[in-house]
Amino acid sequence: MSDRRYPDAVADEFPAPPTQFTDGEGRTVEVRRYEGTEEGYEALVDMYETFDPADRAQGIPPGGEARIREWLDEILEEDCFNVIAWHGDEVAGHATLVPDAGAYELAIFVHQEYQRAGIGTQLIRGLLGLGQEAGVERVWLTVERWNRAAVSLYKKIGFETSDAESFELEMGLRLNPDGE
Amino acid sequence: MKVLLGIGGSDDSFRALDRTVERAAVADDDLTVAVVENPDSSVSVDEVVRRAEEAIEEAGIGAEVRRVEGDPGSGLVEIAERESFDEIVLGGGHTSPMGKITIGSIAEFVLLNAKTSVTLVR
Repeated sequence: MSDRRYPDAVADEFPAPPTQFTDGEGRTVEVRRYEGTEEGYEALVDMYETFDPADRAQGIPPGGEARIREWLDEILEEDCFNVIAWHGDEVAGHATLVPDAGAYELAIFVHQEYQRAGIGTQLIRGLLGLGQEAGVERVWLTVERWNRAAVSLYKKIGFETSDAESFELEMGLRLNPDGE
Repeated sequence: MKVLLGIGGSDDSFRALDRTVERAAVADDDLTVAVVENPDSSVSVDEVVRRAEEAIEEAGIGAEVRRVEGDPGSGLVEIAERESFDEIVLGGGHTSPMGKITIGSIAEFVLLNAKTSVTLVR
């Protein structure tokens, strides 16, 4: 799985969090890096506990509080990058970069109450800004090919399809030039 | 039940091997292990055959281990149909550190083409 292809060109520069904006429904939303506080963690658990299972993708987020906590503990580790879209004290969305074989896998979830309001775009830009600043070079993701909203968001951001031969599309993005 | 287990050396295929051999011992399945050439696997066919034979011996069951040359997906479907197997068992896919499951190209082909039931072991 280490033979993934990435675009030659480096992506645009993304704004590092914190950023604040008004979403399509007039709500004030702030994108901040996950701070590791207990309140932040519990708010994240709350979001995933009420997350519609119909929007699960390839097994995540898992179902049930115990599995959600187990999963979050893995992806909130020090070597991962996590940003949260806050509406007051409530988590509207969460995006994460998890290291895997020299690159980072990206996933993003926006709660059903906050979808179709432009939050996903701001959230993913914030996550990529954080990663770019930290020197992350290559990011990949998989997405179900029928999920057209997600595919067009990723394309708009600059992701290019690297593998279209399986059930899921695989896409890649170059955030910084290769090191060495 | 007449069970055809297809393995090619990926981590999930070895998990499927252990579970299917265990189940065969309990359920008295008529098990055949087909070792395929998985281009995504770094483990050689000889090594996969050795591990399959070892697992079968440990479980104390009688099962045939067979090498399948050529395209793995179509090879498995073909054997299952020609030899009237009841079920094809395969590894359930790769899970990334993120927790996302992706199923391999062999499983995709078998799922879409097999006339028998297909079990993916998670």
